[in-house]
Amino acid sequence: MLKAKKSYVVIVGCGRLGSFLANSLSREGYSVVVIDKSEEAFEALTAEYSGFRIEGNATEAAVLRQAKIDKADIVIATTHDDNLNLMVAQVAMEIFNVKKVIARVFDPKRERIYKEIGIDTVCPTIISGNAFLRTILNQETLSE
Amino acid sequence: MRIIIVGNSKEVYHLSRLFISKGYSITIINRKKEECVWLSRHLKALVILGDGSDPQILEEVEASKADAILAITSNDQDNLAICQLGSLRFNVPRTLALVNDPDNESIFKKLGITAISTTRILSSLIEQSTDFEEITNLTPVGEGKINVTEITLSKTSSVIGRSLQEINLPESSLIASILRGDKVIIPRGGTVLEKGDRLVVITLPDNHGLVLKKLSDSSV
Repeated sequence: MLKAKKSYVVIVGCGRLGSFLANSLSREGYSVVVIDKSEEAFEALTAEYSGFRIEGNATEAAVLRQAKIDKADIVIATTHDDNLNLMVAQVAMEIFNVKKVIARVFDPKRERIYKEIGIDTVCPTIISGNAFLRTILNQETLSE
Repeated sequence: MRIIIVGNSKEVYHLSRLFISKGYSITIINRKKEECVWLSRHLKALVILGDGSDPQILEEVEASKADAILAITSNDQDNLAICQLGSLRFNVPRTLALVNDPDNESIFKKLGITAISTTRILSSLIEQSTDFEEITNLTPVGEGKINVTEITLSKTSSVIGRSLQEINLPESSLIASILRGDKVIIPRGGTVLEKGDRLVVITLPDNHGLVLKKLSDSSV
């Protein structure tokens, strides 16, 4: 049984990460809208996905409005373009007053700067870097 | 004056040439190697190959010593990032972003970055020049929320010989001043309009067309 109304999530970018999040959240009962600039990207959405798809450039406010971003509880920017993710995050926060906004940022230098101005970021480079380091350092301690 | 320009070679080239002729010192950041080679051969400017929104590149060009950064790439998100990094991290006093989507002009402003949309400027220029030949838009104020327009009354205009009270302009519009020959008149309700008067009119985008039509139409 579904609990009370689940959150409305807008996901920008339907690549490997975006489609994974869209499929998972849709399965969990969230209402999800995915935006991607190319229609083919939506092929990564599985049968579990029951949300909407919008083909368009998320740097255009008109596209974000079409996704009803002003009604969103959560916005996640997952494209491969750091600057695009950071712009979408800021527009969602400052213009459309979305409460929870998360941007993927690959470049650790950029991530640090935008974290300072209050944007919630996830940096895959640092996360996987740390995972590699942990494995390597554990190995060394074991072999010592 | 030290200016950093980030963008594609064509736009950057002409802008840089203009600035260099004024004696400014120009640094160009461009992502494409061929374009960088071409630019460095044709301009007396420092040309750097790289991503202008990369903090490290901005560090290398000593952005903190620049007086201004112009971000004119074809991606709005890059232009925003370049200007934000410039002002947040390197305290560059003046940053200016080009926006391709005119909607982003006001969005960037809310995010603290001054932006210009050539699309909006072009479209308003074309609208104005095709509508009436006697009309020149002096300047859009407040991101185009207010228009200041100059219009010359041709002999066919039906408002000639009538007072401002009589012509009854739409709400929220104003004839701010009249140039009659060498004389400047700040009009009141009783001021009568004459042929050849150059009116400076203040309008809002909503009533702009209506006001201009009223002043230039021969049949009203």
